[in-house]
Amino acid sequence: MTATAGQSAEESRLAALIVEALNLEVAPAEIDPGAPLYRDGLGLDSIDILEIALVVSKTFGVQLKADDADNVRIFGSLRSLSEHVQQHRTK
Amino acid sequence: MSRTPESHVPLFAHAHPEAPLAFTRDGPISAHRYLADVRAFAHRLPDSPDVLNVCGNRYAFAVGLGAALLRGQRTLLPANHAPATVERLARRHPRLYTLTDSSSPETALPACPVTFEGDLRSTPFVVPRFAREQTAAILFTSGSTGEPVPTAKPWSALAQSGRSEARALGYEALPRLAILGTIPPQHSYGLESTILLALQGGFAFHAEKPFFPADVCTVLAALPRPRMLVTTPVHLRALCTIEDALPEVDFLLSATAPLAHELAARAEQRFGAPLHEIYGCSEAGQLASRRVMAAPEWRLMQDVRLRQDERGTWASGGHVPGEILLADVIELVDHERFLLHGRTADLVNIAGKRTSLAHLDLQLNAIEGVRDGAFLIPDDQADRVVRLIAFAVAPGRSAGEILAGLKTRVDPAFVPRPLHLVEALPRNATGKIPRAALLALAARLRTAREQR
Repeated sequence: MTATAGQSAEESRLAALIVEALNLEVAPAEIDPGAPLYRDGLGLDSIDILEIALVVSKTFGVQLKADDADNVRIFGSLRSLSEHVQQHRTK
Repeated sequence: MSRTPESHVPLFAHAHPEAPLAFTRDGPISAHRYLADVRAFAHRLPDSPDVLNVCGNRYAFAVGLGAALLRGQRTLLPANHAPATVERLARRHPRLYTLTDSSSPETALPACPVTFEGDLRSTPFVVPRFAREQTAAILFTSGSTGEPVPTAKPWSALAQSGRSEARALGYEALPRLAILGTIPPQHSYGLESTILLALQGGFAFHAEKPFFPADVCTVLAALPRPRMLVTTPVHLRALCTIEDALPEVDFLLSATAPLAHELAARAEQRFGAPLHEIYGCSEAGQLASRRVMAAPEWRLMQDVRLRQDERGTWASGGHVPGEILLADVIELVDHERFLLHGRTADLVNIAGKRTSLAHLDLQLNAIEGVRDGAFLIPDDQADRVVRLIAFAVAPGRSAGEILAGLKTRVDPAFVPRPLHLVEALPRNATGKIPRAALLALAARLRTAREQR
């Protein structure tokens, strides 16, 4: 997997997983790593966030929780979600 | 006026002041404490015929609901809290205000934060009773004209639906039950199967609405048994993917969409509990239940009746207000059992949020710069939440601008994915847009995008 402009290798991998899981009509490389994922950014809603939680748990062994960190921050952008996943991954 | 028990319905059924009525992370809240909080908070409500309760915390919502009942105020339950929805409610209900907690969304209305200032010593344990006909809530559903259709719910009907559910699911004889819900208290299923079931069954609900599967497990494991999880197919599927052991529960309940047999089997096995489902709609309330592992047929709740004519299936009796036309295709098996065969063509149901294509089309066409527009429900995908597709003819406007306009008008669940800008819609000679033509257009656009 090659890193695209602006995205680190980990961010591109996560972007590809999200686009695949959510069936998004956007190329993974088009996701701005600093832009919000929720509502006004990529336009995700709570059903999508649950779907991302599944993918992240299956792929990286990370169980997302509401109270172990600030979710608004974690889902603030592809970058912050990727950082959280990398810090807590078990696989 | 007569004061017999039949003419008035109590706020809750708990006979002992110490019986738990709710749970928080800090422990149980007794029925007496709830009563004291309701009485104290009722004094703080501004004068108004109606109130919009946007509390995310289930206990705060229940205190607000009880206080509003004491003051004779009606709790409005719109399909969503989008700015345009709140604006329209405010125009129709001039003194409308919101009841809020720390998790509430910001709205343009005056806010009254829910407080918990009950004093047990000065509050005798006398459960308030409300006249059968007192309107407790007004539920709104999006009608085909785009204007929300109100359904008034008397307190007696809401209370009876809580009691009917306890009876239908066989919980009647349980001395206690701890209920955890993942659905908001404002959704009719959430209101009925967590708050009303607890109030009228003499049980207790958890104040929180955990979202991530790991959080659901943590909160569930801390509840005393017997305990029950009230959730949706979306959450059940997510929970069943957890690899570690799931906390044992005694009862599982799901609603908003019928469960696939395979997911129901997995959930029963993983949680070690029978899984029941509820069928209903906002207008009529809950109507029937089933355990799909035992039989695919739905059994009507006590006193509820169905009748069919050329327009479809009508529900009445029991707690159903009047006679309600159902939006699903139903096959009657006998006088108390039926089979569900999906929704009628115009109905949209995404993760328990319902609207009609006609309503969504109106919202899309009302956006400035949109000359023509239409929504499409793609074919169902196994095990996945279906997302809507929309097409718009809007020269000079970007997809982003139109989506921003839609987000102020419809629930986020109905925001299309994707929205296609097109030069014309495939209207036929009579001006109608055949679904097959829209499906073909969507497929062409998707292929074109993938080849780019």
